[in-house]
Amino acid sequence: MGEIERYILIFIGAALIYNILLIRFIGLCPFFGVSSSIETSIGMGLAVIFVMTVASAICWVVWNYILYPLGVGEFLYIPAFILVIASLVQFEEMVIKKASPTLYKALGIYLPLITTNCAVLAAATESVKPGFLKLHVAYHFTFIEAIVYSLGVALGFTVVIIMFAAIRERIDVAPVPRSFKGYPIAFITAALMSLALTGFSNLFGL
Amino acid sequence: MNYTYIVDAVLTMGGLAAFLGLVLSIASIKLYVEVDPKVAQIAEVLPGSNCGACGLPGCEGAAEAIANGDSPYNVCVAGGYDVAKEVAAIVGVEVEEAEAKKVAVVGCGGGSGKVKICYIYDGIRQCTAANELISGPLACDYGCLGFGDCVVSCPFDALHMGEDKLPKVDREKCTACGICISACPRGIMKLVQLEGDFNVSCNSKDRGKNVRKVCEVGCIACKICEKSCPVEPSAIAVDGNLAEFNYETCTNCGICFEKCPTNCIQKTEESKKLVSSLAKKST
Repeated sequence: MGEIERYILIFIGAALIYNILLIRFIGLCPFFGVSSSIETSIGMGLAVIFVMTVASAICWVVWNYILYPLGVGEFLYIPAFILVIASLVQFEEMVIKKASPTLYKALGIYLPLITTNCAVLAAATESVKPGFLKLHVAYHFTFIEAIVYSLGVALGFTVVIIMFAAIRERIDVAPVPRSFKGYPIAFITAALMSLALTGFSNLFGL
Repeated sequence: MNYTYIVDAVLTMGGLAAFLGLVLSIASIKLYVEVDPKVAQIAEVLPGSNCGACGLPGCEGAAEAIANGDSPYNVCVAGGYDVAKEVAAIVGVEVEEAEAKKVAVVGCGGGSGKVKICYIYDGIRQCTAANELISGPLACDYGCLGFGDCVVSCPFDALHMGEDKLPKVDREKCTACGICISACPRGIMKLVQLEGDFNVSCNSKDRGKNVRKVCEVGCIACKICEKSCPVEPSAIAVDGNLAEFNYETCTNCGICFEKCPTNCIQKTEESKKLVSSLAKKST
């Protein structure tokens, strides 16, 4: 397979076929918490794209040049990655605050909230040890492939959360039965969206 | 035993943490952003309870909005006049006249023993939950259910549940922030002037006949209070089967309190008349 083909496959696989929110059900807290309006969802999506891509890149470096060569990777990668992600988010917050106060206001509280989001850790782990992604591509991502993969996951997250916010904004003014208003109907909607997304499964003929 | 793993692990995590800590320290110096010192000063003066009654995101949010000029200096509802004075001093604004201080009152005199019960409720011990189940376990659709949603919601610890299953307001701690008003599913809590000695302890919009059937101390809209009020026009008026005070004109004379046949007008202190009249009924 050509290089570009491989990247495209990884990207679409990460974004749609193994969508982190609706197929793997990872990182659902901000999904339900933030998606009541489209503006906040866009803010959350941007923050996730920013954090996830850079975090995966740095975690890839840490794994391949520090953890794996020393043989401590297997049991140490979770705390090490969390350490990296937390510091990275702090650093990014400082950079954004200095560089663009308007963007800082727009992202607001979502940037520090992503530190504890398991979606970032999941993407970082997958980009060094791809196990879930059973594509006939590679079993060890190169640096570029890791970045493409995490970018795919983040964009899949963003697209889904914005779609969900659009639906939820309309549901809020719809005649929903009283006991279903709010989170119950949101959960049911998410389940239906998830069913719809399973239409993408096995797109590449495993 | 292979100790190299332990040593490697400790060194790796320690080294990683030290390196990242160093990077962050350098970054926090190089990327330092000037903050407006007024924000910190104002945040110091605000109550700090993050009650949200001002409509801004917490006391920190309010401090920023006041410093930016987006909100007026007296936006803090819970702090009242005292806090507004201090904030005005920091921002450098003239202070206006204080509005009459308000306090929350409980607009229901029912509770255990005085109101009839429809069914025994065995569900979630919350007023909002009980209210959803066929309008609650009380025979009165407007009465206090006594599970204490208001008590739990008060950020200033000014509400406590009394023994008669009615909440009691601590008038010194209450800041009239209004959170209990939205916590009550039946709209029983009300904000009145601190100087108002009396309030109508009933929330029922039912007709007098039906109110009498379900509660001993409900308002039956007989208008005796309205007719006996010495102020012209009356400081207490019946509006839709329920009497309401107009605290602007009420002189606290207490005539309506004496004349009310069901004792639904209560003094904000413990109502001795209520206790004695109930004792009279049992003899």
